[in-house]
Amino acid sequence: MAEEKEKKRLKIKATGQMQKIMADYFYELNDAARDRSKPIAWCTSVGPAELLRAMGFLVHFPENHGAMLGATRMATDMIPEANAIGYTPTICSYLTADIGAYLKGVTPLSKAYKGIDSLPKPDVLVFNTNQCRDVQDWFAWYGDEFNVPVIGIYTHRGVKDVGEALVTSVAQQIKDLIPTLEEVSGNKFDMEELKRVLALSRECSDLWQKVLFTAGTIPSPLTFFDGTIHMGPAVVLRGTQPAIDYYKLLLAELEERIENHVAAVDGEKYRIYWEGMPVWGRLSAHSKLFAGLDANVLASTYCNSWIFSDFDENDPFHSMARAYTQLFIVRSDDAKEAYIKRMLDYFKVDGIVYHDAMTCPNNSNCRYGMAQRLEKETGIPSLIINGDLNDLRMLSDEQTKTNVEAFIEQLEERKG
Amino acid sequence: MTDQSVFVGADVGSSRTKLAVLNTKKQLVGFSIKKSGTDFTATSNTCLDLALKMAGVTPGHIVHTVSTGYGRKNVEFSSATKTEISCHARGCYHYFPLAITIIDIGGQDNKVIKLDDQGRRLNFKMNRKCAAGTGAFLEEMALRLDIPVEDMNDLASQSQNMERLGSFCTVFSGTEVLEKIRNGKKVPDIVKGLFFSVIRRVMEMDSLTENVVMTGGVVAHNPYLVTMTEELIGRKIRVAEHPQLTGAVGAALYAMNGK
Ligand code: SF4
Repeated sequence: MAEEKEKKRLKIKATGQMQKIMADYFYELNDAARDRSKPIAWCTSVGPAELLRAMGFLVHFPENHGAMLGATRMATDMIPEANAIGYTPTICSYLTADIGAYLKGVTPLSKAYKGIDSLPKPDVLVFNTNQCRDVQDWFAWYGDEFNVPVIGIYTHRGVKDVGEALVTSVAQQIKDLIPTLEEVSGNKFDMEELKRVLALSRECSDLWQKVLFTAGTIPSPLTFFDGTIHMGPAVVLRGTQPAIDYYKLLLAELEERIENHVAAVDGEKYRIYWEGMPVWGRLSAHSKLFAGLDANVLASTYCNSWIFSDFDENDPFHSMARAYTQLFIVRSDDAKEAYIKRMLDYFKVDGIVYHDAMTCPNNSNCRYGMAQRLEKETGIPSLIINGDLNDLRMLSDEQTKTNVEAFIEQLEERKG
Repeated sequence: MTDQSVFVGADVGSSRTKLAVLNTKKQLVGFSIKKSGTDFTATSNTCLDLALKMAGVTPGHIVHTVSTGYGRKNVEFSSATKTEISCHARGCYHYFPLAITIIDIGGQDNKVIKLDDQGRRLNFKMNRKCAAGTGAFLEEMALRLDIPVEDMNDLASQSQNMERLGSFCTVFSGTEVLEKIRNGKKVPDIVKGLFFSVIRRVMEMDSLTENVVMTGGVVAHNPYLVTMTEELIGRKIRVAEHPQLTGAVGAALYAMNGK
């Protein structure tokens, strides 16, 4: 049996520009840490980054570093280091990979960016428990290690409707961060600066949403796998001009593809929605696997997580609180299901793949019957694959492959 | 096409390679089963020779071959591949054209597949990475009990007082088995407990619909598993004449469609 021909997957031309702004970002952090020229905050990926920027901090995101450890397939060798000091293999493998890498004194940054040897040392760590509890434990460890303050916002999770009481509480908690941030940075809080940063962040979010929603076109000009790479600026550079400029460039390229009916996956036949985290160490393998079966995984809840349409510069604290609490990951299953149904409709989806990530229950939404309920209500078939975001010991490539192939065969039968 | 034209399905599983030859009337005219070993290509070639001989035809009579199973890409003589999930579904529906739930217990993995009354797949589940509930689990436990794996079916059916095992995990189950031996429990009772554990693992994968079909090598060699499952669910289970061959038969049926 001859090996199948590899399918054409279109490369995004703007990638070079993205790599440049990401490099600028990492070098700026590295220089500031070395020269102590600017204060540095570590922040969770959906934490109050806008406030930190407005107060003059440069911001490092440990989850971004965790994903880099995953994508470079370094994570699996780092995780055991953290396991050995009591952080077990079943908790967040961003946490264990990141702390493990710190303990080993290595970082993927030094391979990618000449001259960077280590992470930028924090002056403060700021979390929001809107996504999970692990971030709090993770930051607490570094707080001890660097002997710096760890402050945060405690958000209730599993909420159906984001009510006023919750938003007011979160808004107040964001305000309460200010005294510590002023003390650490030596900068006074400036409302006008926060409004400016928030407006930039909103513009970035709107553009990022437009980028992702180009995938609603048939054929889609974008894949989920592209999205996981190109979301970098929306996470780490939101609230800055370079992120906005970048997404304008990317959007123009995708709109041009739409105009010329250019597909990201040549011969797109099946449109797949990805629910859950990517398997960072298998991005390319999964992208090839689906493309080889004429399937485009073109949209996901995950990449949509950095859309903050509630940001309003005229009401900064309240609107930030609302945006960071409206997020999918914070919500109850019925709110999540209503959201996914809208997405299935918008993206004209033929099938859903749920990634049940062993170490992240917060992003594994198939554990309480959601897949079965949605399948019953929408008639759209679904597949659950077992894996992990970072820990490659938790997955079987062969089983994933067979499962995905069998799923596409099922969709093929349905299409007739 | 002549009267002697045949369609071939090759199911290269991680443990056994199964080959089915169908004539133009969809009748099984030849088959073979061999240990897959480490050279899937060589084993599938041997299986082909044996099955063609049994069918009384030569390679020249083959119209199409479809391969399936873990080693499906290693079959030199196949013209297309399909996953074992599709092939088991197709093979079972061929024998039982109803809305069915198929339980396939294989050497390394289990599957539960649901079909509607037209044979269309509604959904499927494959087991997780763990061996619990598969043939590999029984082999491992036979080793612990120091009995040939072929004797397990008879032993289980002799049991008067089943010894239940509590654990999910193959390693933990091994420890439990040792503990039961130490406590003087009877081997047939332990083996029946192991069978029960296999059935539980499979039943946890999905709910069952009215008509249930069981297939796979483990079922073929341990028909008592079917009896026990029938007792558990309180209804009759359908089993094809050669339960180990349904995947290969399904592949041959795909070959007939030119796929
Ligand atoms: S949401 Fe999941 S992956 Fe992200 S930090 Fe929390 S546990 Fe880790």
